[in-house]
Amino acid sequence: MLARRNFLKVSLLAGGGLLLSASIPATAKAASLGKAGPDAVALNAYVRIAPDGKVTITAKNPEIGQGVKMMLPMLIAEELDADWASVQIEQADLDARYPGQVAGGSTATPLNWLPLRQVGAAGRQMLIGAAAAEWSVSAAECETAPGEVLHKPSGRRLSYGALASKAAAQPVPNLATIKLKDPKAFRIIGQPIRNLEVPRIVTGQPMFGIDVSVPGMLYAVFQKCDVHGGKLVSSNVAEIRKLPGVKAAFEVKGGNDLRGLLDGVAVVAENWWQANRARQQLDIIWNEGDIGGQSSGDFAATAVRMSKGKPESILRSDGDAKAAFGKAAHVVEAAYSYPFLSHINLEPQNCTAHYANGKLEIWAPTQNPAPGAKLVASTLGIPETAITVHMTRVGGGFGRRLSNDYMVEAAWIAKVAGAPVKLLWTREDDMRHDFYRPAGFHFFKGGVDAKGQLIALSDHFVTFSENGAIAASADMGPAEFPARMVENLEFGVSMIPLRTPTGPLRAPRSNGLGFAFQSFLDELAHASGRDPVQFALDILGAPRLLPDPPGPRQGPGFHTGRMRGVIELAAEKAGWGKKTLPKGTGMGLAYYFSHLGYFAEVVQASVSAGGAITVEKIWVAGDIGSQIINPLNAENQAQGAALDGIGTALGQGLTVENGRIVQGNFDSVLPLRMRQAPPVEVHFRVTEFPPTGLGEPALPPALPALANAIFAATGRRIRSLPLKDHDLSTTA
Amino acid sequence: MQYTITVNGTPRSVDVDGETPLLWVLRDTLDLKGTKFGCGAAQCGACTVHIDGHPARACQTPIATVGKAAITTIEAIGQSKIGQHVQAAWIALDVPQCGYCQAGQIMSATALLERTPAPTDHDINEAMSGNLCRCATYTRIRAAIKQAAETVRT
Ligand code: FES
Ligand code: FES
Repeated sequence: MLARRNFLKVSLLAGGGLLLSASIPATAKAASLGKAGPDAVALNAYVRIAPDGKVTITAKNPEIGQGVKMMLPMLIAEELDADWASVQIEQADLDARYPGQVAGGSTATPLNWLPLRQVGAAGRQMLIGAAAAEWSVSAAECETAPGEVLHKPSGRRLSYGALASKAAAQPVPNLATIKLKDPKAFRIIGQPIRNLEVPRIVTGQPMFGIDVSVPGMLYAVFQKCDVHGGKLVSSNVAEIRKLPGVKAAFEVKGGNDLRGLLDGVAVVAENWWQANRARQQLDIIWNEGDIGGQSSGDFAATAVRMSKGKPESILRSDGDAKAAFGKAAHVVEAAYSYPFLSHINLEPQNCTAHYANGKLEIWAPTQNPAPGAKLVASTLGIPETAITVHMTRVGGGFGRRLSNDYMVEAAWIAKVAGAPVKLLWTREDDMRHDFYRPAGFHFFKGGVDAKGQLIALSDHFVTFSENGAIAASADMGPAEFPARMVENLEFGVSMIPLRTPTGPLRAPRSNGLGFAFQSFLDELAHASGRDPVQFALDILGAPRLLPDPPGPRQGPGFHTGRMRGVIELAAEKAGWGKKTLPKGTGMGLAYYFSHLGYFAEVVQASVSAGGAITVEKIWVAGDIGSQIINPLNAENQAQGAALDGIGTALGQGLTVENGRIVQGNFDSVLPLRMRQAPPVEVHFRVTEFPPTGLGEPALPPALPALANAIFAATGRRIRSLPLKDHDLSTTA
Repeated sequence: MQYTITVNGTPRSVDVDGETPLLWVLRDTLDLKGTKFGCGAAQCGACTVHIDGHPARACQTPIATVGKAAITTIEAIGQSKIGQHVQAAWIALDVPQCGYCQAGQIMSATALLERTPAPTDHDINEAMSGNLCRCATYTRIRAAIKQAAETVRT
């Protein structure tokens, strides 16, 4: 202990900060992340080059941990032929020059793969043009090496830094026809590129929304009605104003849109803890409205009642399912369900806003800044042009921050308080005021013929409506697997009216549908004595592209061969069917196509006599096309998504009670912890298709693969989640 | 009330209510934003700091109880040899996704390695299970702890 103290002292005397930066090579570069020097020349909206050759590339999209702040600049840098070591990355504000500034739907890769490479290629062409003019040679004789233009015939070379100002004066090439590199020549794309922000993360530098600090800033909390949409009747806000540190406290009258500003009481204080402590003295009378039937128990009972009648609507009907069940050798009926879920971003919702002289400045950890600015403008009655939105790093997105309710709250409170304000929610606020992954109920029937082939499937899906229409992210498409691959199939839908707001959670729809369908298909395989891998390959049949039915979810179709490929890869890597596992241990397979990605996963799990589940290992096989842009990040994303699925399956589910969410913190909603996290092996199958995204598609198979592993281990079929609610013990 | 606490080797005087959790003194009063808020209930570990070398949840530590204890935060953990190696391993293995939990993870990992130079998987599970990572970067956190243990020794 003494020795350590001495060491600390010595290093402090020696100037700890310097010592630190000397010991971490990458720190120096990270510290320079940020605004480019004033002498840097802009080639276009994304690229600036300084005389010393430093290239600053703008990252236009919100960074939520998916790695897009590195990935999009990598695309530009590749085609620019920049020297990656001299690239710095700068986060854009919300800015009309940049299209699609949103983090959602695993769309950044497919939407930017070509356009941002074209941006880089255009910059490269301008640099070549400038060098060619300088040397009075034809541009066709010039080429580039990282960071410089070469003229091989004469052996001349000029650095990008030296060419930058002349290049900026070159004509801007036509992006649509610009020539892109042959992927074989990639120097940056496909390399394991480290996240340049990690040195700042591991030294605790401020970068998240919650870290924003503005001179004169006050801190706010906002108490809303825990029954969603409840109206404020009266409060003791006058008493709250007298409490220590409180600078302002006021009632807010909001609207009826659950995604906008709602009724509540704001408390603003000198520090956040004072604000939150004062808030605990609040006494508010709410009008909760009609909460009849708005409890999880009621929903489940209603779903069962609805399942006994005809579906309210038919989503898809192929062949004659009823007749086919009559001919099937094995018929299985089973009811599956999954609960409401909260996003539980580790950084609770927050936003900082400053309103002065008719202008509003916002610092927001948002996935979706543009609709946020619109919402703020219309709620505050100010023009959008008066609003600046700075995008901070986001401490977890998961779909929650596609909504901007916290942004409009911060803006409103700052305007009324007349000071810069940081609004920060508590964990309980966060869990009780989310846009939840909707619960769902599936009443399945499946028929397998004597040869073990799936010949009929029906699902009566009981889901939720909001104001008469299907609730957000509570729908199912007519192409849900195994539709198009089963001759006789019927999907019917009925809806329960819901007051709780719903929305997208990482792999929306798929995160619930995948569990239900993939578990039931496994159940059918076992019921007919088939190996689940062979059963799956038989359903998929010959490799072919099945076009999507027309409708809002129409995409490029489903390729059975790509799915076969990942199933075979996962099975091979896991040693499927080739290992003898101890009693109480089993392997489960699940596969799912979502967000244009094909994923199959095998989970090995064991269940003790006492009922304790140990997830021992996960094998992930994915097909996201011809190029893994950054293998280092891709592995992290796939591991995280699979483990997210495992954590969700094991320990997460919300209960609605009289219109309120019962759970409020991590003692009742259990994210995965280190001791539960198994090793995850990730394998990609590279195919000839365009590259697609990876934020989401590795998640859906994890949940059913675990449930299917538990069946293999114990013979107990898991038909509802979370697993913590099941008693799997075999001891009396 | 006036309190003088020792943060990262420097005495700091603050005038706050004695019940104020150390977390909010660090973040809001002293502008040390590296220590994070995740739950306020000792459930997530995002607020982990060292108090006299032991990992502690700053959200559960009223300022009045700190006394003369030495507080170390993520901003200064790199001043210890082990902290430096842990940070370097986190960078080398590209551990973070969103990064929000990682300050707390690094504080817990450093405390672990200070007492257990060659931790087993079981040691890692015991020391790290109080720190949630919503992005589930556990595979790499585990690997980085092992790598840091290795590099400290060599
Ligand atoms: S904020 Fe202290 S443990 Fe979560
Ligand atoms: S990296 Fe996002 S919570 Fe750990």
